[in-house]
Amino acid sequence: MTAALVVGAVLAVACVVLVALPFLREPAARDDRLTSPDELEQRRLSLAEERDRALATLKELEFDHRTGKVSDDDYRRLVGPLRQQAAQALRALDLRAEQAADERVPTRG
Amino acid sequence: MADLGRAALVTAFLLLVYALVAGSLAAWQKRRRLAESAQNALLAAFGATLIASAVLLAALARHDFSFQYVADHTSHELPLGYTLTAFWGGQEGSLLLWLLVLTGYSVAAVLTGRRAGREVLAWVVPTLGLVGTFFAMLLVFVASPFATQAAAADGAGLNPSLQNPYMAIHPPMLYLGYVGLTVPFAFAMGALLARRTDERWIVATRRWTLAAWAFLGVGQLLGAHWAYVEIGWGGFYAWDPVENAALMPWLAATAFLHSVMIQEKRGMLKVWNVLLVVLAFCLSIFGTFLTRSGIIQSIHSFTQSSIGPWFLGFICLITAASLALIFVRLPLLRSKTRLESLVSREATFLYNNLLLVALALTILWGVVYPILSQAVTGEAATVSKPYYNFFLHTFGLPLLLLMGIGPLVAWRRASLRALGRTFLWPLGAAVIAGIALLAAGAGSSRIGVVAYTFSVFVLASIALEFARGTAARKALGGVGWGGAFSSLVARNRRRYGGYVVHASVVLLAIGVTGASAYQTVHEARLKPGQSMSVAGDRLVFRGYETKTESNHRAIRALVDVYRGNDYLGRYKPGKNQYFAEDQVSNEVSIRHDWLTGGDLFLIADQVNANGSIDLKALQKPLVNLLWLAGIVFIGGSLIALWPDAREARRLAERYADGVVRI
Repeated sequence: MTAALVVGAVLAVACVVLVALPFLREPAARDDRLTSPDELEQRRLSLAEERDRALATLKELEFDHRTGKVSDDDYRRLVGPLRQQAAQALRALDLRAEQAADERVPTRG
Repeated sequence: MADLGRAALVTAFLLLVYALVAGSLAAWQKRRRLAESAQNALLAAFGATLIASAVLLAALARHDFSFQYVADHTSHELPLGYTLTAFWGGQEGSLLLWLLVLTGYSVAAVLTGRRAGREVLAWVVPTLGLVGTFFAMLLVFVASPFATQAAAADGAGLNPSLQNPYMAIHPPMLYLGYVGLTVPFAFAMGALLARRTDERWIVATRRWTLAAWAFLGVGQLLGAHWAYVEIGWGGFYAWDPVENAALMPWLAATAFLHSVMIQEKRGMLKVWNVLLVVLAFCLSIFGTFLTRSGIIQSIHSFTQSSIGPWFLGFICLITAASLALIFVRLPLLRSKTRLESLVSREATFLYNNLLLVALALTILWGVVYPILSQAVTGEAATVSKPYYNFFLHTFGLPLLLLMGIGPLVAWRRASLRALGRTFLWPLGAAVIAGIALLAAGAGSSRIGVVAYTFSVFVLASIALEFARGTAARKALGGVGWGGAFSSLVARNRRRYGGYVVHASVVLLAIGVTGASAYQTVHEARLKPGQSMSVAGDRLVFRGYETKTESNHRAIRALVDVYRGNDYLGRYKPGKNQYFAEDQVSNEVSIRHDWLTGGDLFLIADQVNANGSIDLKALQKPLVNLLWLAGIVFIGGSLIALWPDAREARRLAERYADGVVRI
């Protein structure tokens, strides 16, 4: 009974400490905001997903062509627009990276 | 010790309530430290549940009959292994196992799910907290495993059908599957609540879903084998409501695993995917409700209990809240792309999804209808095997066929000429197989011939996929056949792991068809020295032998089996009479023929006082392919689950700025 009581008390204290830990570690946090991606970051993520999707689709098409699931004619018809799509996604990402870099460079007075 | 168990459960309950309330507040008001604190509460809840579980396990091991649960489910004579597995042999213990697995999963999911993004993760914590709170509440207020009594001299023992080695593995596997479906649900809800409906929640939960689905699949196959060797009726799946309860979320999760690929590759089906995740989760809770409420007559329902209304309320709450949230977030879930052609890989995935969901919903109706009719008319209607078999054939056979068609069709669109080329070999193999089957006399079952012909088509299509893929990889140069094959699989683990899983489903289909459509059954009353025949085997009954074990008396019929003049061995079907439980169980005897994959299955239906036996013999062709399917299924799942360093690098680069600290 005593052992159970001690284990129970230790458990309760350990739980309280663990739950309170973020506040004990930073009693007066300078920034307590749970930051989320801003518009620019959201746009970058969306563009990165689009780029990966376009590149994966292109890769799938190449593979399907090599394994005979896509005929030469279909391949020629489909590959152009897909390459364009992938290039557009890559260009948009580069543009966004340049914009982000420009925003980070301080203006000289 | 019971006090410690109770205290640990109350602590876990309070921590989970905190994770729910503080986590919601933190996500709503975007407060970082509070979000971290709620996350830590989940971690602490796991610790507290672990202690509660250790207390129950210790009480079982010590035969502490002052614990009502221990007295109700064990006895002094029960072997130690079964005494420990009685942890999940009753309602309260299995709810505790639910909570233990859930809190363990919650900790692991939150620690590894940072890719979902901090704002999504902040909502995942209270969602997991909500589910945990429900189960902890049941354990604290409704069905405590730590209720005590004046210690009895001995316990009531464990249900004889649970005294089987599978008891150690089948329920935990199913629970790992059921509970695992909470993780994708929590991330999907987190993404919707945080208004982040991009792919991050899918990336974060991809492996969780696959693992939960694999556990659920393996758990069901283990259950099927358990039923086959233990229950003694000669089958492996009886469309029992509780068996169906595990099958339904597995079907919904299977649909999700396919349709999520369409979202990843084409950005389509976002609403459908979230709906499937909700459906799979709700069906897993519904399955637990069916097993534990005692509302239905099932071999798995060991108790009548009062937890049913609580489960029903929780299912209604979760379903309504999830659907409302999806409705509110519909504008964020619109797809930019559309299906380009009805003859494409995406389209076959869509057809497969419709068939899987239709099958799951018809099974759901079969399970729910007797309950509804009981509630409305006062009489429970019976939905039996023909209903389920009809829909299994209607939806299952096209599904089988689609498993062969899908891999042969290109993404986006496929031309007729390309289709003709890719279908040539599999179609040729299927036609030849169909003709050969008819010539061999398999036409006695039309469904059987169709299932086998489709199976050959699918296997040929899978083999062709591996062969063409390896050849294409080798053509790039630098590797031999072996290198090309391993590189092909390593670079596309999900695809080729998926094909291996498809092969396991084909083996399953062949086994099920053989054991049901081509089964031979013979029953006879035999006196010692008399014989009967089944499918060419002669069975001679020689008499009985009896043996007394620590917790039961075993009586076995001695049956010698001959094929022509060859003696194949002595088999011993019989019955066990359990002392503490005062119950009799059927103990079957099975002769496996590893060469043909078939079984001779012997049941001592009746042991008569005059020394005769009512013997039932079943010849089940190809039934062992079912168990082989399980091994292949595990192999395929492991290939798909195996970490892919290349993919991990790509995702790390994609989400580099989005990975978070909490």
